Parts: sequence; C-alpha cells; structure tokens
Amino acid sequence: MNIIVCIKQVPDTAEVRINPETNTLIREGVPSIINPYDLHAIEAAIQIKEKTGAKVTVITMGPPQAEDALRDAIAMGADDVRLISDRAFAGADTWATSYALYKAIEKLGYDIILCGKQAIDGDTAQVGPEVAEFLNIPHIAYIRKIENISDKSIKVQRLMDEGYDIVESPLPVLLTVVKELNTPRLPSLKGKMAAKKAVITKMDLNAIGAEPENVGLKGSPTQVKNIFAPQSKADRKVLQGGIEEQVDTLIKELRSLKCV
Amino acid sequence: MRIVVNIEKCTGCEQCIDSCPFTAIVMQEGKAFINEYCQFCKACISVCPEGAIIEIMEEGDVQKADISDYKGVWVFAEQRDGAVSSVAYELLGAGRRLADELKTELSAVLFGSTEDAAKELIKWGADRVYHCNDPMFEKFNDEPYSMLLTRLINEHKPEIVLAGATSIGRSFIPRVAAKVRTGLTADCTALEIDRDSGNLLQIRPAFGGNIMATILCPNHRPQIATVRPRVMKRGEYNADRNGEIISVSVDNITSRTKVLETVKEISECMINLQEAEVIVSGGRGIGDAKGFKMLQELAEALGGAVGASRAAVDEGWIPYSHQVGQTGKTVCPRIYIACGISGAVQHLVGMQSSDIIIAINKNIEAPIFNVATYGIVGDVYEVVPLLIKKLKEAKQ
Repeated sequence: MNIIVCIKQVPDTAEVRINPETNTLIREGVPSIINPYDLHAIEAAIQIKEKTGAKVTVITMGPPQAEDALRDAIAMGADDVRLISDRAFAGADTWATSYALYKAIEKLGYDIILCGKQAIDGDTAQVGPEVAEFLNIPHIAYIRKIENISDKSIKVQRLMDEGYDIVESPLPVLLTVVKELNTPRLPSLKGKMAAKKAVITKMDLNAIGAEPENVGLKGSPTQVKNIFAPQSKADRKVLQGGIEEQVDTLIKELRSLKCV
Repeated sequence: MRIVVNIEKCTGCEQCIDSCPFTAIVMQEGKAFINEYCQFCKACISVCPEGAIIEIMEEGDVQKADISDYKGVWVFAEQRDGAVSSVAYELLGAGRRLADELKTELSAVLFGSTEDAAKELIKWGADRVYHCNDPMFEKFNDEPYSMLLTRLINEHKPEIVLAGATSIGRSFIPRVAAKVRTGLTADCTALEIDRDSGNLLQIRPAFGGNIMATILCPNHRPQIATVRPRVMKRGEYNADRNGEIISVSVDNITSRTKVLETVKEISECMINLQEAEVIVSGGRGIGDAKGFKMLQELAEALGGAVGASRAAVDEGWIPYSHQVGQTGKTVCPRIYIACGISGAVQHLVGMQSSDIIIAINKNIEAPIFNVATYGIVGDVYEVVPLLIKKLKEAKQ
C-alpha cells in the first residue's frame, strides 16, 4: 500500500502580527514550521504503516527552503519525500497548487492520500478536496477517527458542525484530518540521523508532467488584490466599581443596545 | 507577472523581508531575493525605500476564459435533516444585494428538503430555486453534491456562486471549483462589487485573522466564495414575493462514498454555536464540569448557547463540538460572553468578530480584555450568578 502525505511549510501564525502604523507584518523571529494539522496527517500515515507495512511518502510544494519541512517528516518516520519546486509554480492559488500536487501524486502512485484539514496561514481547507477532484477519487474531510481499514476500503468518523458522520469509502481515497485524530510523535534519534543524511529528491515542472499554463500565477484563477490590517474595535471599557455595580452597568448598557 | 528585485538598487536593508506576509523574500549575498512563495500581493513594493522592487508583466500572463455568457448570482442553500441552515438566508441577503447591484437575478440551489422550504427561499429574496428532492441528497455526501452542482453551473452559467463556510460547504465546494476550473475564496467576511470591472471583491481573513486580504477572480467564472455563518445580514422577508421553482433530475449521479450514520453530539437544548445570537463561553477559570451548568443557565436566560475554550474541552468538562477558536469553531454572535477565559490568540481568532464581547476574568492582565467591549474584573462564580439573578429580575 502506498500512502502519500501532502504537507505545507508555514510561518507560525500565532506569532504573526501586523503593525497598525505601517500596515506591514511584524515577522521578526517568526519560525517556519510544518503546518500543525499536517503533523497529524503524517502521524496517521505512520500508524497505518506500522499496522500494514505501507510505504509513506511525504510531499510538499514550495521553494527550496521547504526541504527543512521534509527532513522533519523523515525524522518522524516517513520512508520517502519529494520536494515539488520550480520557479514556474510561484504565485499559485489553491487551484494551481492542487493541480501541481495532483500531477506529482499521479507520478508517485497512491492508495491513500492524507492532508491536514487546512493550513494555518491561509485557512482555506481547499487543496485536499481539489486534489481529490483532479485525481477523480473520493475524499472525506475532517477525519477524527479511522475505524477500520483494509486493502480495498476504509471506514472513518468525519467531524461535522453538530457531531460526526460515519463514512465508508473504497480505496483510493483522500482524507483530510483534524487534531483529534491522534497525537503526533516526536522524532526518534534514529529518525533525526536519517533526516540529516537523506537526499531530498526534487520534482520540477517537467518531472511532474504539468502543463505550464496550469501552474503558478498563470494557472491561478484568483489573485490577491491587496492586504490590510483588520479594523480594531474602538470603545472598549473595563467596568468600574464593585461586582454588583459592574453587573448593573453591564445590564444597563446591554439594554440600551437592545440586547436584553 | 513577476515581482523582482533590481539588485543594482537594492541596498540590503531587509525592510521588504518584514513586509512580506508569505515569507517569500530571502537574503542572498546581501541582496533581497523573491522566491516561489510570492503571492504577488505587492506589499513589498511600497515598503522598499530605494524603489528597487518592481512588477514585470510577462507575455501570456493572463489566461482568459470566455466569461461574457455568465449571468446571475447563485446561493447554495444547505440543509440538515431537511431544515435549511440559517446561513442560507444570510447568503440570500448578501446575494440579493449583489444581484441588484449587477442588475441580474438571484437563484438558490437546494439539494434535499421540501418544496415548502424552496418556497421560503423565494420569500427570502430568490427569484428562482433549483430544487432536487431525490433521497440521495437527504444526507450530505461530497460526491453527489459536487457532481450535481457542477452540472448545474455548467448548464446555467452563473457569474457568482455563494455557499456557507460550514463543514458542508468547505468540504464539497472546492471539488466544484476544481472541476469547473475557476477560483474559490474561502471564509469571506465581506463581498462587494468593483464598480469599474463588475468583479466580485472577496474579503477574507488570513494568518489566523491577523491580516485581511481582498481576493479577485477576474478571468474565470463563476466567482465562487464561501462565507462564514452570521457574517452577512438576512434580507427582507416578503411573504408575497413570487418566483420560479425548477425541479432538477439526478440522472447519472453516483457516489463511491457512503454515509452510514450521522451522530449528534450536542447536548439537549443547545443550538448550533455558529447560529447562536448569544454565546456564553467558559475556559480554564470555570474549574470543573459543574461550572458549565451555571454557564448553561446564563445562556438560557439570554436565549443563547454554550461555548468553551480549548483548555476546558481538553479537561473534559464539555464536548469538543462546543470548542471555539482556531482548532474549534469560528463564531460571530451578537453577544459573546467569555467567562474565565484568558484569551490566547488561538481562542481570539475564533470569536473576535463578535458584535459585543463581554469578558469576565479575575486577572486584569488577561489578553481577553484587549478585545472586550465590556470587561468585568472579578470571580466568575460571583459575577455570573449575580448576572443571572439580575437578568431574571429584569425580565419580570
């Protein structure tokens, strides 16, 4: 069985702030990390490998420095990695990213494809389902538990807004995972050694066999027009007085806003 | 198009590096270099004091599809157990406004549910409803949903399609966008029409809500966007409004995935968090599961629902379906009451767009007070019971 895990290198968004005066991002010392949801996808793949002897290949599309993310994946236990990288991929939106990943995955062969539910920089949650559509295979999003897995099919719990669904699908299938699925392991010493020594295989435009007009900025239907700082809310009040007085003021305020 | 650095002019001051939201600028031999992460947002161009960063147009930059045939605004109206979700009515409000501005028609697409529900969509603003009531669509299943919506789009060619940024919309709409080869913007918080071009300006938060971005889909149609629940206002309900209901057949729609069972995990008398007008949320400061009973009482007094921070969910005081924040739900109720929640960034991104935020916390330094409209510094176990008592008195 071949498992492909798609990961993304992202800035740690918890540390990204915008400077309201200059309208630019303050990113001093913001580290690059593997998208946190993708760690759960890698962990799920390794757990399936431990049960079935599957081969786990972790792939990412990005600039040369995304290699660091792939080394981290090897340290966790990935058997093989691919860096999908080419100047031609620059400026890709979710459509063009999904297209490039689909071309690469088609070359690699797959039974199960795992992705994090979304990346924390864009939060779109679109690339997983779009890759599945390009490959013409089913997908199940927001997996929180794998109930059963065989050579031919898989049964999972899919998280929904009001609970969960139990969904069954034949293989091949693409799954996007949520944090409740598992706890990602820390790299072992052996894994770290392997990561250090590993030669990272690159795949460029030609290697994945992509049409140039479908990748990067040219292939992207959407464009970022501009970015700006979110409006911060004015009039914040910390209420004064004893507890009773504060509660009274609050109720009075809410009443004047017709909230109560 | 490419954004490049003129290395002759670049002084290596590194100001552009801080301006880039996508980590796309790195230093190479003392000069700035823009790599594949570049999203062409142009933030760096205005920052460079030397004017060394420039935009170059290249031949074949723009892939143009024939978009002149595409007319009309569509809203995908999702349903659960036959009941149309309230986000659908909000989308009809937004869709009506966009359609009027474009002087075109507004259609709703309803899979599952009843003809009565379809008629309601007309009263909420739709001129037309494409309705499919085949039993296959009763439960949400990605493949039949995406196949049928793709087919309808290809047949009728709308210029804009809106859907809820819910677990349903966010799961199957990307498949539709991939198939019809068009752009999709997730989680929009505002939608406007660009007066000059007629394009849809799609505004959404990125980087965990730390920045906002305006997204365009200028050369492909339809322009598809998902919109967060409770962001748009409902339109006007008009019981006399007339419209057309078109019944849609399901020939050759199949599914490889099977939804075997649907399990609800929200406790009784609790409504969907994302649709609640008022949310009373508890964090680590609540101390135990019993404390959430008290929050439930406050929520009931205000006709609201109960939410929680990740800390409270991790402690097992309340199920995950109540979690608000980056790894839980994004909510924007009219009133959000944060009780004993310190306000970690991961929590704030899930609730900071609420209209009114009330924070109750012992620690005046807690970051939750930075986003609070009203802050009460005090013990939740003193404040909440008093609040419940006074609210009840006020009602009488």
